[in-house]
Amino acid sequence: MERKIALGLVAAAVLVGCATYVAPTREETMQVVKGSFRDRGIAKVDRLNQSETQVACSEAAQNGKDLPKDVSARLEKQALATVKHPADGVYLGDFKEGERIAQRGVGLQWSDNDKTVAGGNCYACHQLSSQEIAFGNIGPSLKGYGRLRGNSKEVVSYTWGKLWNSHATNACSQMPRYGDANILTMTQLKDVMALLLDPNSPVNK
Amino acid sequence: MKGITPAVLVGTALALWCTASLAQKDTADAIARYRQLLQDGNPAELVVARGEALWKEKRGPKNTSLEQCDLGLGAGVVKGAYAQMPRYFADTDRVMDYEGRVVHCMVTLQGFDQAAVSKSPYSGTGQRQTDIEALAAYGVEQSRGVPVRISQAHPMEKAAYDRGKQLFYMRAGPYDFSCASCHGITGQRIRLQDLPNIANVKEDAQRAFTTWPAYRVSQGTLRSMQWRLNDCFRQQRWPEPVFASQATVDLITFLGVNANGAKMDSPSIKR
Repeated sequence: MERKIALGLVAAAVLVGCATYVAPTREETMQVVKGSFRDRGIAKVDRLNQSETQVACSEAAQNGKDLPKDVSARLEKQALATVKHPADGVYLGDFKEGERIAQRGVGLQWSDNDKTVAGGNCYACHQLSSQEIAFGNIGPSLKGYGRLRGNSKEVVSYTWGKLWNSHATNACSQMPRYGDANILTMTQLKDVMALLLDPNSPVNK
Repeated sequence: MKGITPAVLVGTALALWCTASLAQKDTADAIARYRQLLQDGNPAELVVARGEALWKEKRGPKNTSLEQCDLGLGAGVVKGAYAQMPRYFADTDRVMDYEGRVVHCMVTLQGFDQAAVSKSPYSGTGQRQTDIEALAAYGVEQSRGVPVRISQAHPMEKAAYDRGKQLFYMRAGPYDFSCASCHGITGQRIRLQDLPNIANVKEDAQRAFTTWPAYRVSQGTLRSMQWRLNDCFRQQRWPEPVFASQATVDLITFLGVNANGAKMDSPSIKR
């Protein structure tokens, strides 16, 4: 009898054990992930320390849901505050250099180094100049960007903000924060601005 | 001027508008044709042969072959094993993928040093394949045509899948990229490269899981699943995943479970 009860208890314990599988929490997973990566060249493990926006947008994507309105508004406001405008008030550089930056895909990988001049890799995701047919489609087409929008103060300022920190207008934007994350220099950003907005740029021809 | 009808004007405008997308379609078609032509002969066959020789050769400090390696179907069973990995192994109390398990066997059976064996798992462009790559080619060839069956029976296998899913959506690093940035939406391209929607489209996950390892023509060498993840993370601007580490096994488990049911077709050949 006692043996039967003991067996029953063991069986119950096993059942409970199986039934109570608990999925790993975000923190537990992050521990495992951090232990599974290592520094290599310029790409250090501290890159896995997520920002509040990265955490919120990861969760939203996994759940297939948009962020709650108040959260996205707060994160966008936070991102907008990071935008630094050119001190000299000059927003447009050289569109030819801008095209080279848009074509260039390197920068900030462990296969690069701190002397690598990063590109913007714009064509990976966007259509820009009509002669470049190898463009991706993760972002919208930017062909004729300046021709269609003009280059009023508002358009110029909005575009600069989008390049500097895309999360200012869309909290979970997939576009890298080219200014905020120090991917492109001030000069490079101006060149990309010219590619988008200069009337003589191939984007607007 | 009279001869130019509105229809002609519309037609001309349409033709101009279409030029870019047609040129792009031509290029995409040419790439597809190129991929098809590649299928004629696959240099991976040579790598499979070398892998088989390595598997059977007495090597290492213990002068033993890998023929008694247990890949989950019992010691010495290679046939069909790759299609069921990652899986839970009681002897290590861990979920392991094929590549990690092979290293485990090289250490336990052959007496190789763990750190030394897993230090350089990937070959350079145009270089001779590493032992791990050759052994991966041999193992996966032994599962060709076998349906993928990644188990979720053990709690640790479930946890691997759940962590893998979380990692798939984890945005981090200076570019804020996750795996899902490129592989979570159908119909996305980087430049002209179509991207599989691994999380949501079963066929995409199946094609991805069943066609690695692969001979990469542009790199002149064979690439394994571990390499595939490694090179994605490089472009994600993340630090480097440790070879066969838990997070990589988790991600492969996530991909593998999503791919269940498809038949293995590797080593394949890719552009």
